[in-house]
Amino acid sequence: MTDKPLTQNIIGFEGPTDLSRYQGNGGYSALRSTIGKTDPDAVLELIKDSNLKGRGGAGFPTGMKWSFVPKPDGKGHRYLIANADEMEPGTFKDRILMEKDPHQLIEGMILSAYTISADIGYIFIRAEYHAAIARLNEAIADAQAANLLGNNILDSDYSFRLHVHVSAGRYICGEETALLNSLEGKRAIPRAKPPFPQVSGLWGRPTIVNNVETLCNITHIVKHGPDWFKALGKGVDGGTKLFGASGRVKHPGCWELPMGTSIREILEDHAGGMADGYQLKGFLPGGASTDFLTPDHLDIPMEYDTVMKAGSRMGTGTMIILDDRSCPVGMIANLEKFFARESCGFCTPCREGLPWVQQILDKIEAGDGEMSDLDILERQSQFIGAIGNTHCAHAPGAIEPLASGMKYFRDDFIAHIEGKACPYTTGPD
Amino acid sequence: MSTIATDSPMNILTEMEIGEIESEIRHLPDRRSAAIDGLKIVQAHRGWVSDESLGAIAELLGMSIDELDGIATFYNLIYRQPVGDKVILFCDSVSCWLMDGDAVCQKIKQILDIDYGETTSDNQFTLLPVTCLGDCDHAPAMMVGDELHHDLTPDNIDEHLK
Repeated sequence: MTDKPLTQNIIGFEGPTDLSRYQGNGGYSALRSTIGKTDPDAVLELIKDSNLKGRGGAGFPTGMKWSFVPKPDGKGHRYLIANADEMEPGTFKDRILMEKDPHQLIEGMILSAYTISADIGYIFIRAEYHAAIARLNEAIADAQAANLLGNNILDSDYSFRLHVHVSAGRYICGEETALLNSLEGKRAIPRAKPPFPQVSGLWGRPTIVNNVETLCNITHIVKHGPDWFKALGKGVDGGTKLFGASGRVKHPGCWELPMGTSIREILEDHAGGMADGYQLKGFLPGGASTDFLTPDHLDIPMEYDTVMKAGSRMGTGTMIILDDRSCPVGMIANLEKFFARESCGFCTPCREGLPWVQQILDKIEAGDGEMSDLDILERQSQFIGAIGNTHCAHAPGAIEPLASGMKYFRDDFIAHIEGKACPYTTGPD
Repeated sequence: MSTIATDSPMNILTEMEIGEIESEIRHLPDRRSAAIDGLKIVQAHRGWVSDESLGAIAELLGMSIDELDGIATFYNLIYRQPVGDKVILFCDSVSCWLMDGDAVCQKIKQILDIDYGETTSDNQFTLLPVTCLGDCDHAPAMMVGDELHHDLTPDNIDEHLK
């Protein structure tokens, strides 16, 4: 049995894995042994026992999420949605899974849908992922032609229709309730919770939204069991994870590694360390909306709890590396420009607060900052960074790199203000 | 918004566009749920969504013009102004910034003689910023039309703009 289930069809193979190669490597055998043969509740128990946590960034236990879906009432559709709207800056993992092994996602979705008795599925994917969209559509057609998907799958009583929905843009669509509004043809503004999507989701019907990587794990858990899955991880959290590194490292990339692999191992062994002439200054462990960590944190294992104890979040697991020649203030200004632009505009603290933060950061970066600007940034961080002061988690996420950046790189902020210029030679200018 | 035509959608949208929108509606619980699909379909045929097209889609879906325009202007990949033959979506997110994406973007602006939001005089390219394209191990990256271009530098950007 492989220790890299998610990339077993990807490593060392150039093209996308088609249906015949996927089945030749054991694909759809979990589906064949489950649909119409195993009780959906028994599959749910497997997923719960595996302790699989959502790979989209929040790390919520998948089995528990599914268990909140009410029993079928026979009154209408039930939906399963793959969140393939990969847009968290610095994150490049779901693209690989969809482009290189589309059937892995499709089989995972059919098994997941079967477990929660969903009859319709959507893959909500960003429009820029042209190759992934084409390969998923092709794979869906092939799976349907082979009676693995569609009506009466493998001649059972179970039917599941799967569609690829191509988005029209905006980062906020990755928020699951904003995604539902967008699927309904509306502005992608997050919904108030409760009710939660499990109870009242797409068009008011029970709905589960899971990240692509999460769904890809399902097939392997069903096939090999929860104990096997848990043993793949090095620590508390089971399974493997697609980890990545971008920025000034020798070999930027994305690798499937055991959950709990240390940050040092990812950066030094897999990314090859820093590029020549660059030193590590800090990093965002899992995308733009995670707190900075520093070289002091290199020996932390990449797991949900350990990274949280260090003051950040594992997020998407794809790290963004800040080197010693790039300006931390400039980097944070870039991040906040992104968050300000992508605010959905529904609530005032986010809509007005993030552009304010961005303007102050631009001012400091340009050498026009004052010491009192740091107080404004700190006050804003406390206000819009607090869960509950804003409609959704967008602004609190935006504040994570800002507040932690001001903590770890305070000297850099002060050097900009006192020197009335950016002291870095590389960077925005 | 008084310039928006109130002619029947049949006079403004083509039979093919209406057919494609109606076929989306058939899968949906109500007509207005096809709002984004309708905008995308018309844009696929015409390159962008004019006031006239928007008014016709709104009428076809039984929505007010303002309601549909509120949706159209929310999404960055629905173009409410004419765009060039190819739209360049240049990633201005953090990983590309760290790899000197700004310098590459400056070079593009210089070569094409346009800023963000503008179209070249020969109507070949429109330049827009976009959020992270999920290709960070090959930063900086951009889309030119449907194609992904990456590992960009100020020195090699010329060949990506042909």
